[in-house]
Formats: sequence, structure tokens, C-alpha cells
Amino acid sequence: MTAALRFDPIRLPPECEALRKDVRAFLAEEVAAGTFDPHRPQREGNDARGFSRRVGAHGWLGMTWPKQYGGHERSFLERYVVTEEMRVANAPTRHFFVADRQSGPVLLKYAPEHIKMDILPRICRGEVCFSIGMSEPNSGSDLFAAKTKATKTDGGWLINGSKIWTSSAHVADYMIAIFRTSPSTKENRRHGLTQFLVDMKTPGIAVNPIKQITGQAEFNEVVFTDAFVPDDHVLGEIDGAWKQATSELAYERSGPERFLETYYVLTELVRAVGPNPDTRAAEGIGRLVAQLHTMRRMSVSVAGMLQAGKEPVVEASIVKDIGTVWEQQLPHRVRDLAAFVDVDPSNHATLAEQLAFATKLAPKLTIQGGTTEVLRGIIARGLGLR
Amino acid sequence: MADNDNIVMATAERIFADLADPQTITHSKDASWRAPLWEALSKAGLPLSWVPEDCNGSGASLADGFAVLNAAGRAGLSVPLAETMLAGWLLSQAGIASPFDAMTVAPALPKDRIALNDDGTLSGTARSVPFASETRHIAVVANSANELAIALVNTADCRITAGLNIANDASDTVTFDKVQPIAIKPAPQQFDATTLLLMGGVARSLQIAGALESMLEISVGYANERIAFEKKIAKFQAVQHNLAKLAGEAAAALAAASSAADAIAKASRFDDAVFLESVSAKIRCAEAAEKGAAIAHQVHGAIGFTSEHILHRYTMRALAWRDDFGNESHWAVELGKCVAARGADELWPLVASR
Repeated sequence: MTAALRFDPIRLPPECEALRKDVRAFLAEEVAAGTFDPHRPQREGNDARGFSRRVGAHGWLGMTWPKQYGGHERSFLERYVVTEEMRVANAPTRHFFVADRQSGPVLLKYAPEHIKMDILPRICRGEVCFSIGMSEPNSGSDLFAAKTKATKTDGGWLINGSKIWTSSAHVADYMIAIFRTSPSTKENRRHGLTQFLVDMKTPGIAVNPIKQITGQAEFNEVVFTDAFVPDDHVLGEIDGAWKQATSELAYERSGPERFLETYYVLTELVRAVGPNPDTRAAEGIGRLVAQLHTMRRMSVSVAGMLQAGKEPVVEASIVKDIGTVWEQQLPHRVRDLAAFVDVDPSNHATLAEQLAFATKLAPKLTIQGGTTEVLRGIIARGLGLR
Repeated sequence: MADNDNIVMATAERIFADLADPQTITHSKDASWRAPLWEALSKAGLPLSWVPEDCNGSGASLADGFAVLNAAGRAGLSVPLAETMLAGWLLSQAGIASPFDAMTVAPALPKDRIALNDDGTLSGTARSVPFASETRHIAVVANSANELAIALVNTADCRITAGLNIANDASDTVTFDKVQPIAIKPAPQQFDATTLLLMGGVARSLQIAGALESMLEISVGYANERIAFEKKIAKFQAVQHNLAKLAGEAAAALAAASSAADAIAKASRFDDAVFLESVSAKIRCAEAAEKGAAIAHQVHGAIGFTSEHILHRYTMRALAWRDDFGNESHWAVELGKCVAARGADELWPLVASR
């Protein structure tokens, strides 16, 4: 039987429960202080930067990283608890989320020592925001079609071209991006791309926010015109980014954010139906909770594999495939189930607002960070079909 | 759940491979394969895995027994192994020794009740009791006005109306008309009317997950062999994506069932957490059975629809097992009511507690 189907029943260790209490208490304080409204995910929060610093001050950023870089050498399972509590509370994590989840681990693995010493402690303190420069106007899922060029110059590289759909680029301090350093070869079309660390204050970078159907503008077009990146900002092997891309994906694809993005509508539905739901609402809620519980157990299991030093790329792809399809459908299922709810429960307006927002947000969930089609291709390869 | 250091499961898998080969069973014109299979299982002590040694059993752990049931699902096993294990487990809850032959349990549906009469006899009807007609004994949960009891009865003392589930396995109506049990004792304090259903539901969940693992393996193998339009059908993206979805359903079923089994194995009692885990497993595995079986058949085309192909041993069984010990609609309503009664702000803490 294929190894892809191991989802051992990993349990969160006891230290996670104390941590969970601390995180909940912290989030309750932040809500009381007006940093964000847990019932209004459509609002972006007033103080994402300040929130980020306060999360860092609690030791909840770079949790799994070595102490010499400001990290806390805690487990992936502890990090998991912090991530899921923040997500369920609709906390404004956007300032640190990418850096903590993805960029930091890439720097840890590929950046030169002095850059690690400079940047990683600042990520841990919640001071810096990262973005990821992958997609381009003519290359999305087909990552290896990227054309934005890095041309060798004295002491570094000159970047020309543009990235697009880049989340948080308008507020980011850094971007980790792939640029073309050589043409692809006949034997290997993935050859020729290199991963770079880019300081967003570099002259020659223009960031143009793009308005989304939710009304927010959190992704951007980023145009590079002779932007200079020094040699020591190359991350890993020149022309060999394709070898580096896969292992990160397990971190990116299996977390609780891959099924909890619209969770709030389920909470609000339970509130709306009250303590004695009719059979239809009860059945609908029961199925959704069973599905949610199952995905979370799968996701925790992958966190356990990461903790054990494995690279569960296929398992992570399965979690993201099932999880994002679920969170995308959730507002529609909740809408179905809310159809016969009494006209005037106290949270009627909240539920309606949340459903409107979640319904508009839903289409992106199966696109960002690896489309459903790409994920199923990876799973199929893991099954030995391609 | 395949775990090479689990010697109990390895024994079961070897017996299934030797004596329950799906190809042989599918082509068999009679039931002559059953006796040697059951004899080997009995010799290995597997039917009474969950019975302590002082009650005639082999005293395996709950976890080892659950792993055997997952393996039984992978084998599409169609003898009352799960049922006998459940019956042995049930009887041992009350300290009743198990007989050395095939058993089943009743009631197997949430709405069925067997009454314990004042004179100590049992009355009532239990529908869809798996394999009842192929057993000599039935372990029964019976209610009086103020007491829950566990009883062992002779199958021959009951009226059996034979039936078949969609996999053509016996699924019978058992009528108890003032049946005098062989043994009867009060159920332990923490045991309630749903405990047997939850335990049975987790057993079925593991079997469904196992069947889905086999559906995936057989379907991937077939897609890599079958040529159409001058290439292996595995090379068509539409087929690849269907099989990726089947893998996801099998993975979800396995994760849910393994988690519930682990929860029961480690729990001291059937509390809200065990309830969430057990019924979620049954709901999610049943949903996976529907989606997974449809894809497995779609990949196979017409050959998978024939009685001589082995695919139906897994697909029809997985679909049939959905109905035993409470179907997914029943448990979803119960879970939904439980969640609603706890209140909106208690939902996440419940999910996160697991």
C-alpha cells in the first residue's frame, strides 16, 4: 500500500494545552483592546503591525527555529496550536504569517549566516513582513514558465520584469522570489530559475495594489526595473530553485489555515439555530463537524510527520485539496442550512455579513498556494500514475 | 494503519491472504472456503481478541484488535470476525465468558430495543443484525425500566428472518420472544444504550477505511494496465484526478477511523470526546465510501460491474457497512444536536480538544 496513506493518530502533547490557554487569554485581551473583532473577518484590524510585535514578544513566532536566530526550539505541534487558535479567532496575522510559516524556514535552510543573524531574529520579534514572488502575468500554476530576469552584474544581479498576485507586497519588508537566471534546457524545463531574497526598499521596485472581489486589496503587481540584488541574497543553488521548491510545500499546504479560513460561518450558524435545532439543521451541522474534525486530525498528523523530520509532500497535498474544497463549500452549506432559521435570532446580521464575505472570498481558496488541479497532479504522481 | 510491528494484525493478514483470497472467493460456487478460514482465525485466537484470558479470550489490546478490523476491511472479509470480536468485547464488559464460536451482537440499529422482562427473559426485534443466521450465539444489550443488562443467548432460541445486505452478506431480523438467556448480568455503570453502537460504528469505520485502501490499490493497478486511446488510462488527467480524489477519501476515512480507534483505546469511558471521534468516523467513512466506490467503479468501467471481478467485494461491502450500528444520517443528527446543545462558542474547544 502506498505510503501516502499514513495518517497516524498523533495527539497534541500536554504542554500544548497550557500554551493554548495562554494564546486564548492573549487573544481575548487583544479583542478587548479593540485590535480586531473576531466576529468581523471582513475588517482587517487596526493594528496588524503592533499585533505582530506583541505575538513575537510572547515567543510565538519562529517557534520551531534554533535559539541562536531568535527562535524558541519548540515543536511543530506547539506551533500548530498557536496557528489554529489565531485562525479561529480571525486574528490579524497577515503581518507575520508568511514570514513565520514559509520565508523563515527558507532563509534557515539557504541564506548565508550573516543574513540569518540579521533577519531571523527580527521575524521572531514580529518586526518584518514577507511576501512571496512566484506568479507572473503569464505564469501562475506553471511556475517554471517564469520570465522575470535576474542578470549578473558587478556584486549582484539586476532584476527586470514583474510578479503578480503577490499578497502583502504593499506592506512587506522583504520578498522571497524566483527569477530567471538562465534559459530552461531541453532536458529540464525546470532549470534556470534561482531563488532570491529581495529588500522591498530597493530602488526600482514599484508595487501596485490590485483590488479584489471582496473589496480588499491585499494582493499586488510588483514591477522590477533594474532593481539591484546583492550576491549574498541568492538563496541556494543558482539555476536550481526547482530542487528547493518542493520541501517548503509541506509546511505551506497542510496547516490549519487550509480548512479554517471560513470557519466562522459554522460557529455563527450554530448560534443562529440555537440549542434545539430541527432535524435538517442538526444533520447538516453534524456532517460539517465530522468533516472538520477529520481534516483537523489529518492536519495534526502531518504536523506530527514534520516534527519527526519527514517531508510529507503528498499527505500535505491531500490535506490542502480536501481542506480548501471544504472551506470553499462551507459558506454555501451554511447558507442552505440557515434558510429555515427563525427570521430574528440575535446574530442574524452578523451571520448575513459573514456569509456575504465568505462567499466572495471562497473562490480564491482553491487557487492560492497551489490550485486543486496542481495538488491532484502531485497526489497522482505519488500514487505512481505519472 | 499498516503497522509491521503489530504481530496480531500480521497474523490476521497472513490468514486473509492464505484463506480469504478475493479472487478465489469470487469464483467459488459454494461456501466451502468459509470453514477453513474460520478455523484458522479461531486457532489464532482472533475472534476473541478482545476477550480477557479468564473469559476464554486471547486478551489482545483494543488497539491491536482495531488494527485487525482495518486489515479485515482491506481483505473485504465476509465472515463474522468483527461481529464476534464485538460480541466478545460486549460480554466481557459484564464479565460473561465467551463461547468458542461465531457470534454477533444485537441490537445493531439505534432505534431497536430489546426489553428485559420481569421474569428475566428477553423480548423485542432487532433488524439488520449482521451474520445472525451464521452464528450460534448472540450478545445482547437489553433494557428494563431502570437497568441495562448484557446477555448471551442461543441464536437457535430466537426467530431469524434471513436477509442480505447489498454485498450479499447475511443481515437478518432477529426476534426475541421471551427468550431465556444463557447468561445475563448488569451492564457496567458507564455503559449506556449507545456504547455498543459507538464501538460497532468504529469497527465498521475501520473496515470501510480498509476497503477504500484496497479500492485505491486495485484501481491504480488497473489504470496502469488498461490501454485505451493507445495509452494507459493512468495517463489521462481526468483519470488521475479522479484517483487523487479517491486517495483523499481513503486517507480521510483512514485518518478518522484510526483516530476514533485510538480515542477508544485510550479512554477510560465513552465521554463527549469519544462520542465526537466515534460518530465523526462513522459519518466521514460513510461519505468516503460513497465517493470512493463511485470513483473505483468509474475507473474500472464495465469490467468492474461484473460479478466475476473482485472490485464489488470492496465497494458493495463498504456501502453496506454504512448502515450498520447507525448510519451517517442518524449520527449526524445526534452530533448536530450535541453541538447545538453545547452552544456555538463551545464547538471549537470541542474540536481542538482532540
